Amino acid sequence: MDLFTEGDPIADTKAPEGPVETRWDRRRFEAKLVNPANRRKLTVIVVGTGLAGGSAAATLAEQGYRVRSYCYQDSPRRAHSIAAQGGINAAKNYRNDGDSVHRLFYDTVKGGDFRSRESNVHRLAEVSVNIIDQCVAQGVPFAREYGGLLDTRSFGGAQVQRTFYARGQTGQQLLLGAYQALERQIGLGNVEMNARHEMLELVVVDGRARGIVVRDMVTGEISTELADAVVLASGGYGNVFYLSTNAKGCNVTATWRAHRKGAYFANPCYTQIHPTCIPVSGDHQSKLTLMSESLRNDGRVWVPKAEGDDRAPRDIPEGERDYYLERIYPSFGNLVPRDIASRAAKNVCDSGRGVGPTKLGVYLDFADAIDRLGRKAIEAKYGNLFEMYERITGEDPYQVPMRIYPAVHYTMGGLWVDYDLQSTIPGLFVIGEANFSDHGANRLGASALMQGLADGYFVLPSTIAHYLASGPLEKVDASHPAAVEARADVEDRIRRLLAVNGDRTVDSFHRELGQIMWEHCGMERSEAGLRKAIDEIRALREEFWKRVRVPGDGEGLNQSLEKAGRVADFFELAELMCVDALHREESCGGHFRAEHQTPDGEAQRDDDRFAYVAAWEYTGTGEPVVLHKEDLKFEYVHPTQRSYK
Amino acid sequence: MNLTLRIWRQRGPEDKGRMVTYQVDDVSPDMSFLEMLDVLNERLILSGEEPVAFDHDCREGICGMCGLMINGDAHGPQRGTTACQLHMRQFSDGDTIDIEPWRARAFPVIKDLVVDRGAFDKIIAAGGYITAPTGSAPEAHSTPVAKANADAAFTSAACIGCGACVAACPNGSGMLFTAAKLTQLSLLPQGQPERYTRVVGMVDAHDEAGFGGCTNAGECTVVCPKGIPLNTIGRLNRDYLAATAKGGGTPGS
Repeated sequence: MDLFTEGDPIADTKAPEGPVETRWDRRRFEAKLVNPANRRKLTVIVVGTGLAGGSAAATLAEQGYRVRSYCYQDSPRRAHSIAAQGGINAAKNYRNDGDSVHRLFYDTVKGGDFRSRESNVHRLAEVSVNIIDQCVAQGVPFAREYGGLLDTRSFGGAQVQRTFYARGQTGQQLLLGAYQALERQIGLGNVEMNARHEMLELVVVDGRARGIVVRDMVTGEISTELADAVVLASGGYGNVFYLSTNAKGCNVTATWRAHRKGAYFANPCYTQIHPTCIPVSGDHQSKLTLMSESLRNDGRVWVPKAEGDDRAPRDIPEGERDYYLERIYPSFGNLVPRDIASRAAKNVCDSGRGVGPTKLGVYLDFADAIDRLGRKAIEAKYGNLFEMYERITGEDPYQVPMRIYPAVHYTMGGLWVDYDLQSTIPGLFVIGEANFSDHGANRLGASALMQGLADGYFVLPSTIAHYLASGPLEKVDASHPAAVEARADVEDRIRRLLAVNGDRTVDSFHRELGQIMWEHCGMERSEAGLRKAIDEIRALREEFWKRVRVPGDGEGLNQSLEKAGRVADFFELAELMCVDALHREESCGGHFRAEHQTPDGEAQRDDDRFAYVAAWEYTGTGEPVVLHKEDLKFEYVHPTQRSYK
Repeated sequence: MNLTLRIWRQRGPEDKGRMVTYQVDDVSPDMSFLEMLDVLNERLILSGEEPVAFDHDCREGICGMCGLMINGDAHGPQRGTTACQLHMRQFSDGDTIDIEPWRARAFPVIKDLVVDRGAFDKIIAAGGYITAPTGSAPEAHSTPVAKANADAAFTSAACIGCGACVAACPNGSGMLFTAAKLTQLSLLPQGQPERYTRVVGMVDAHDEAGFGGCTNAGECTVVCPKGIPLNTIGRLNRDYLAATAKGGGTPGS
């Protein structure tokens, strides 16, 4: 294939040897430490203030480092982690239902369809229990039982109740806990917070990440910020699809700029399409809204058995309904993992049995649960979600079943990191959704919050110390040629975006790019479709640089300019996603290749050829990328075909 | 639907600002309010004008970034709803809609409908937390919390920091925001050790940031998209009195 070449494999992930349950302890013991007096002399830049970035910045500052934190929102409290609804997993086994660190580890490796790194996942499961302790101590108002102890519930892909939650606003409450810890450090003068600042370039000096170039989104001022290490916690890239459940501002620019400077990008094609979102209502649609997966605990998913059955849902008798998840997957039923639930919804809609005005929808029906538990109990559990549904659709889900359809929600891929969460650029650490590390080809519900906080509170603060202890690094200032060049690149790019002055808006390009990606690199991919997508993306990218219109100037608040920079990077990422999806000639988790399925339509992995992480090296826009393989070894969880039947 | 919009346009913090009238046609009742503004902005860009700047991010009512005065109501006519979750089916064909930024001394306008709410962060930094450095936490079940208290703490914790309470208040007071955080933390056993230093620190920061005082007008709780109850301010006052009457700010709890 002319799209990529193969380079050296990645030989060392820096994971310690030995029994998997001892590796994290050993790593922490072997890691070098930084004397508290020396920490004050070390500066760490943290980009992003979500669960990963907020918790990391707060923790590093508590430990005595000088921290500079950046976010594009007007306050660190608004990072998109706030929108996570359902919950956070932890292997506390408070239910005495057979849970354990090993079971959470096992479920996560299996749920990721055997495409994640065992060492990392085990560490995640170990640390999960500390997260709950930490958050409770901060005053996070988790749901509780009448005896005053914490309540838990079950979530997709698991048969134990290990998900802690705060109504439908778990992400918000966990984020506010981290945000408040961060604000405390800001108040103490240990963190310099820079809200409404966007990272536009990474500064690499002598092969090490030493800073970033940022734009003050209020004044337009470009500045170079230097430090001893840089942490990217800038989230995922789901907005490459234009329509997703991500916040409108979520973007790939921070990680993509780092990729262009030498950080490998791993498994970009692994995207999570969430099964329970409110269907698209028209061309004006600007984003999609998730209905928490927790709804699948009590809601039953169905479509009419007959094609083209246009009766109102309540007029369709029980015998003429197909509860297809319960039928196909009797043991997990409505709680199958997300990738499986999404594809099943697509299949029934493709077979002409979809519901609603667009026929791209399935019912999520609470009638049985309301009969069984009473309306009050359902209100207590899901009241805010039902209200949100009604506000958006104008329909009352207590009376008529919800209509749902899959939507882009999360990206498992991200910058490649080793066991220490360090990228291929020394001194550049990547945490949370921005890295690729723990979820393999499919993330289980309630595991994103767990990973973000594990990385930020517990993993990064240990591993970054080991790096910083290897210093001191040579002092650099903004006059260093590498810093000057990075800054000039940023200024040049802004000038070029403003200079095109064409006849199409940024949004019109973004929408079109999103359609290409959803069509060809969404829930189902094929070789022909992906090749077509690559051609279309290239053509559209060229057109963008000839026809985009960015009004105003770079001096001051200019939201069109912000969007234009992000969309320009999405074009480049989109191509890499398609190349990755094309090269992976198997189906696994969220990556489903039409050519590779079992006779009953399930994902067919090819472990002989593809049990590896695909880490891509950038060589120039439009140039063939270089593939570096990190082989995955499974010593504890033996790869099998996932079965949720 | 065809609508007339009268929108506050202000080039920057120093500009005087003015209302400008725009016509928007073919609005679908299924659009959100912000999607309707997107339609206007697409048109403005193509006709060579600057689009209307407004803050928004999650568009699902939880990040707290959006905030518009719509016909004089913070977040518009629908109770318990942020501007991003407001849908055009709440309006009628032919309506004229006034759209303005939050107006409060503590929230200066940056551009058009975008304001600076950094003062809220300063209130939190002055005590809106429980000191629990990472790693120091005891086992989560070592301290049970009565369900009623946990639920009431949650109700207050639901605040999204959007600032509607301030915009609606005749005094530009940020008391509901401050009281929501104080109530959450003071209802939990973990929050007791700092309870009285917290209330003094946060109220002082609130006053220093230029917010007005609370006179129990109650407008705040009416417009609050998350239904933060007014009685949180009563709790704030009680704790503030307890803290200051005893002089040192740190009576035993």
